[in-house]
Amino acid sequence: MRLEAQKHAPVYEALEKFRKQRIVPFDVPGHKRGRGNPELRELLGEKCVSIDVNSMKQLDNLCHPMSVIKEAEELAAEAFGADHCFFMVGGTTSAVQSMVLTACRAGDKIILPRNVHKSVINALVLCGAIPVYVNPEVDKKLGISLGMELPELERAIRENPDAVCVLVNNPTYYGICSDLRGIVKLAHEHNMLVLVDEAHGTHLYFGKDLPVNAMEAGADMASVSMHKSGGSLTQSSLLLVNKTVNWEYVSQIINLTQTTSASYLLLSSLDISRRNLALRGEESFAKVREMAEYARAEINSVGGYYAYGAEMINKKSIFDFDVTKLSIYTRDIGLAGIEVYDLLRDEYDIQIEFGDIANILAYISIGDRIQDIERLVGALADIKRLYSKDPSQMMVTEYIAPQVLVSPQKAFYSDKTAVPLEKTAGKICGEFVMCYPPGIPILAPGELITAQIIEYILYAKEKGCSMQGTQDPYMNYLQVFEQ
Amino acid sequence: MELWFSDYHTERVKVSVKIEKQLFGQQTDFQRIDVFESEEFGRFISSDGSIVFSEKDEFTYDEMIVHVPMAVHPNVEKVLVIGGGDGGVARELSYYEEIKQIDVVEPDEVFVSACKEFFPDNAKGLEDPRVTVYNRDGLRFLRDKHGVYDLIINDAIDPLGHTAGLFTKEFYGNCYRALRDDGIMVYQHGSPFYDEDEDTCRAMHRKASHSFPISRVYQAHIPTCSSGYWLFGFVSKKYHPLTDFDAERWNRRGIKTWYYTTNLHRGAFMLPKYVEDMLEEEEAR
Repeated sequence: MRLEAQKHAPVYEALEKFRKQRIVPFDVPGHKRGRGNPELRELLGEKCVSIDVNSMKQLDNLCHPMSVIKEAEELAAEAFGADHCFFMVGGTTSAVQSMVLTACRAGDKIILPRNVHKSVINALVLCGAIPVYVNPEVDKKLGISLGMELPELERAIRENPDAVCVLVNNPTYYGICSDLRGIVKLAHEHNMLVLVDEAHGTHLYFGKDLPVNAMEAGADMASVSMHKSGGSLTQSSLLLVNKTVNWEYVSQIINLTQTTSASYLLLSSLDISRRNLALRGEESFAKVREMAEYARAEINSVGGYYAYGAEMINKKSIFDFDVTKLSIYTRDIGLAGIEVYDLLRDEYDIQIEFGDIANILAYISIGDRIQDIERLVGALADIKRLYSKDPSQMMVTEYIAPQVLVSPQKAFYSDKTAVPLEKTAGKICGEFVMCYPPGIPILAPGELITAQIIEYILYAKEKGCSMQGTQDPYMNYLQVFEQ
Repeated sequence: MELWFSDYHTERVKVSVKIEKQLFGQQTDFQRIDVFESEEFGRFISSDGSIVFSEKDEFTYDEMIVHVPMAVHPNVEKVLVIGGGDGGVARELSYYEEIKQIDVVEPDEVFVSACKEFFPDNAKGLEDPRVTVYNRDGLRFLRDKHGVYDLIINDAIDPLGHTAGLFTKEFYGNCYRALRDDGIMVYQHGSPFYDEDEDTCRAMHRKASHSFPISRVYQAHIPTCSSGYWLFGFVSKKYHPLTDFDAERWNRRGIKTWYYTTNLHRGAFMLPKYVEDMLEEEEAR
């Protein structure tokens, strides 16, 4: 990485120059530097609305980058060790979908673990690819899916030699990492591309002594949520591409669904954040790591909670662990993760990332301060004192292997009827069912509904999880069909 | 020369003090600390641009936060002071012979050293052999304390700034646990006057009154605080600040004060109607 070059932020610099030119706008956006919308200007600030502008010669165009966006993307590619980098303004969802749409055509098979983000399966609805799920091992105690194991992947490849790619989410929301290098080697031996959903892994490119990142492991494409650990604005993201993939084709795929009015607020935030990470990332993530490790030790000393870390590594289902993550198992105090999540917000004014049936996840980042960590730990100690219950009443979660009967695309577009949830056993699901966050589907279109799945959905609803994906907002009915 | 220090009480109200000179200024890991010399208030110290205390009115604050609980609890041996790095609270506590241990937890070392240098009359409180100063986070310090203290004084200043963690439900909960079965906690309760302070004040009473069986609020006039009208909170597991108050016993001690008297003790709990209403509303929530 050329440090001197990385000190530049071409999009940001072009915007600064543009601001000083005081150009009279007779183009969109119609708020005209905020003058037409004083309340918005008051809320966002003069500076912010004055750079909310349209593509123009001196600011380049995201749909076809030729100047400053191109330079900024090149700098980002260099910083992340990729051959090419795309700035994305439709969230990491758009990056993930572009990877899948690049690699798969209708009817192609894609090998992936079940605990992928819904954006992956949404992409399958769009392109008509067929999912082949590699069943992950589930940690019996924590109730979370672990990493993709090589023997399982090998079996999936053997049974589906015609599959075109392998998609892996690494690290998972909880910090679990798979053997990326092993996966890349295996997949490439069988001429399959490797796509990595690295939504929770921006820091792996800059932090020291962290699990290997996708580009370093030789993956073909990776989606990186800059707005998560990278510090850019919400909805901005990066798509990294290796030289094994034709990036001009990727660009065409992106432009199928991408806006033609990309926000310069998002683009400049990507540019500035990349510069920041390249120059100061190592130091920042060392601090994040230190804070996460401190919080882990303190929470574990409170007792009743289990904040898990590197001791989980077994070189198989947990090949590595991302220690910047702070995931905490809560069920030994008799509370579901989602219940602790609600208590923290409602009683202690602390908003954490999410709670599932058995765990909570607190997101630690470059914006945190140690006194806030003390508040989190103090609140967890107080929740244990005031709210803990008998843990024997908790439901034990287990992995429910999906049975894909028809492709997500076919299922999504078939004629369906709404049936009360309790009466759907044995039918094929025509829509998504998921808890959000983390947004990992319990059911995807085309899958068989079983009594066990219904029981799990009812339990998650009862515990207060936000259930999404179905047409019925209360999820009392599911859209189903019969083959 | 004309130099004025302005302390914003709200976005639209400021109190300005004419300054003779600035004695100290430093950005620490926690806050921006400045010390000024003025004719009207004498020396004063500010944190992030707000006055923490001045020579002219610190006695009100330190006396009211110490003598009120001390005149109620019959036998205080162990006291925890959170914040209080200037030493003023410790100084008032040092007048009580029955106290055996005073732990002062002040995360910001610079605050302590600045007070030592510029406010020796306050800081001498920290020299009492019963006092130990811990440069640690208050919540962190409390976490492993169970049933240890008779009295906790939360001397932290700002419910919105770097000490925000000391005005939260987890803080009250952790204090509850750290107190003995007949323990008392007193804390700064802010000012009820301006709209933007009122919400904080309400939230504080809601959290405290839901965390402790007894929860009362008392008042004092402190000119350098927001609106000059300042409240303190009194929460306890057993003792009521008025029915368990022993004026005779306290008067026998012969402690010299400038603000606190046992008559004022009773009066301090008699609140204006709008404050009473506000507190009752929060208790019912």
